[in-house]
Amino acid sequence: MSAAPTPPSEAELPTPAVQNRRWIPRLVWVVPIAAAVIGISLLVRNWANQGPQITISFLSGEGVQVGKTLVKYRDVTVGQVSAVVLSADHKTVVVSANLSKDVASLLKADTQFWIVRPRIGVGSVSGLETLLSGVYIGMKTGTATGRERQFTGLENPPALSHGPHGRELQLHAARAGSLGIGAPVYFRQFQVGRVIDENLQLDGSTRVTVFVEAPYDGFVTPVTRFWHASGIDVKLGADGLSVQTESLAAVLAGGLAFDNGPIEVMPAVAGMPGDFTLYKDETEAMAPPDGDPHYVRMRFSQALRGLDVGAPVEFVGVNIGSVVAVDLGYEREGNSFPVIVTAKLYPRRMGQAYEVLAAQGKTGSEETLAAFAGTLVRQGLRAQPRSASLLTGKLYIALDFLPASPRVAFDASIRPLELPTVNGSFQELEANIGRLVKKVNDLPLEQIAADLHTDLEDLHETLSELHTRALPNAEDTLSALHRTLASADRTLDVESPLQLGLTETLSETRSTLRAVRELADYLDRHPEALLRGRRPQKMPQGHAASSSETKP
Amino acid sequence: MTPLKQSLELGLSLCRTCGLVVSREALRIDPRCPRCQSRIEQRTPFSIETTLAWLIAGIVFYIPANLLPVMHTSGLLGEQDSTILGGILEFWRSGDWDIALLIFIASVAVPFTKFIAIGLLLFTVRKNSRWQQHQRTVLYRIVEFIGYWSMLDVIVVALTSALMQFQVLGTAEPRAGIAFFCAVVVVTMLSALSFDPRLIWDRPA
Repeated sequence: MSAAPTPPSEAELPTPAVQNRRWIPRLVWVVPIAAAVIGISLLVRNWANQGPQITISFLSGEGVQVGKTLVKYRDVTVGQVSAVVLSADHKTVVVSANLSKDVASLLKADTQFWIVRPRIGVGSVSGLETLLSGVYIGMKTGTATGRERQFTGLENPPALSHGPHGRELQLHAARAGSLGIGAPVYFRQFQVGRVIDENLQLDGSTRVTVFVEAPYDGFVTPVTRFWHASGIDVKLGADGLSVQTESLAAVLAGGLAFDNGPIEVMPAVAGMPGDFTLYKDETEAMAPPDGDPHYVRMRFSQALRGLDVGAPVEFVGVNIGSVVAVDLGYEREGNSFPVIVTAKLYPRRMGQAYEVLAAQGKTGSEETLAAFAGTLVRQGLRAQPRSASLLTGKLYIALDFLPASPRVAFDASIRPLELPTVNGSFQELEANIGRLVKKVNDLPLEQIAADLHTDLEDLHETLSELHTRALPNAEDTLSALHRTLASADRTLDVESPLQLGLTETLSETRSTLRAVRELADYLDRHPEALLRGRRPQKMPQGHAASSSETKP
Repeated sequence: MTPLKQSLELGLSLCRTCGLVVSREALRIDPRCPRCQSRIEQRTPFSIETTLAWLIAGIVFYIPANLLPVMHTSGLLGEQDSTILGGILEFWRSGDWDIALLIFIASVAVPFTKFIAIGLLLFTVRKNSRWQQHQRTVLYRIVEFIGYWSMLDVIVVALTSALMQFQVLGTAEPRAGIAFFCAVVVVTMLSALSFDPRLIWDRPA
């Protein structure tokens, strides 16, 4: 088995080989070192790639699962929920999430987070994918400069999580109406944006935030007017019935529309660029701005049934304001109950008059306006309740110049201004009608009726007499007349002997008359013939001989 | 136990490859096994050091193998990176305790057993301990035997990745962790291989 022993070789033990072998174990140490290097480099890389950890507080953590719920930005996963705990006061749920490093720069102070759940509304359906995959946390970066690691989550998703380019506008309105988040915004019946937020301000008004998408945001100018486009606008005008609506969706879900207002007037509310007033409807939106209202008070000494709050106040037929209150007053002297009507007037609606005043700088203060009102009152300006419609009995207040009305004192210092009044024309009308009715009542109607009755009886008798007596005679007369006419007809016929005889007689008479004329001519040329008789004519012979022979 | 004579005293060497016993005299002329031509050493040179190096490498690789995800699955219900421990917990929670146990044994218990066992062997050999020499030899055999069973995890990931490719419905892809785990298995096997169990029986000179 073993090789033969070779004693001399014992001295030549391969000692250098041992030296050589020593390198092998050292080489092996490269492996753990390499492993350590790889491990450390991984750790370093991991640490370097470690994104920020943020906490978001929500009112409810419905559906949020640790390790499963993702944080998405523009529908791309950027992080994962790492913990869900209750806050210290147990009022909110604090969700911790690890985000990837590259979104760290998106975590601004006003970055928004919200939980995406399936939502189904009239206008839109969103988040349906979360039905299968579970909820996720949406993220929308902000514009603020500060960095933040702790956020308060939104309970409702912003309508525009990562929208296209465009403009955000704030609309102020007394009422938001039936608007919902996501309601469409129309420009000339074309949807160009959406309502992205609406909230109630502390002063009770509402602020609606809309987003107008990029190419169309150029249509929004300082003179743009916004109005509610929900519902159907049915108008019965002089040109017939017109129905106007922006779209069916707007009818159901509400919507807004905007267009440019009258260019010459600047908007009434122009706090910031991007702040607009939201008007009730298009008509209101397109009306020139009213400016600030001025309140006036009117004292009527008559009942004003039919005068409602909101009834128009017309100045020479133009609506310049509305009634804001109808109160019952009391005057000690005379123990009377005047009706005190308070109205707000918009002097701007007076058109050119206002412009003239404005040019004189008189529109600035209440005093100058009151003085102006004073001059109008001196010219006979009076407030008068008038009937707006005989059908409904509604009243409106007319401010008109009635120069015939008695002069009254006008105190320009009272606030609100008190305008002199005259009683309504409808009451005069009422009185006139009353008098008329009285006169009608006074008429001796029974007497007249009795007289009329006897007269009619007489007439009846006369007529019956006529019928019984005169009519048979008339019949005879008529038949006699008929006969006479028939005979006359016969007599006058062309073929009748009378006619023939008459024709002959007439021709006879004609030839006789011709002979007489010849004789007269002859006598005219030969007057001696009366004495001497007729001589034969010389020429022309033939004719002369024959004619001379026939005549004596 | 009466101490048996050792090969050193008998002037014999064992070929670790084919098990042939060769007299040391013969090896002086040609250090290779006359049967299988592999090199025969009295004791594997620098066995302890090499084993230790591989063992440390294995332990180091084991850390990222557990921290990094081994598999990435995506499907209708979202996407997920699973680590080894995470996967075990998930299986356990969902009631598949048998699968959880299997994976736990293959990927946690076995590597740890190996680390501890090799470490123990190295320590005792270094100390020239006479303690439980027989048991320790058995332990070494076990370590050698269970070494490749840790590849179970690697095979699971490889199979899953190969089979679960349904595009939208679900896909699975291997991640870096499984490579480290594979390295752990290979390195610990090399570690066990480079350990010379004869050292257990060596008496201090």
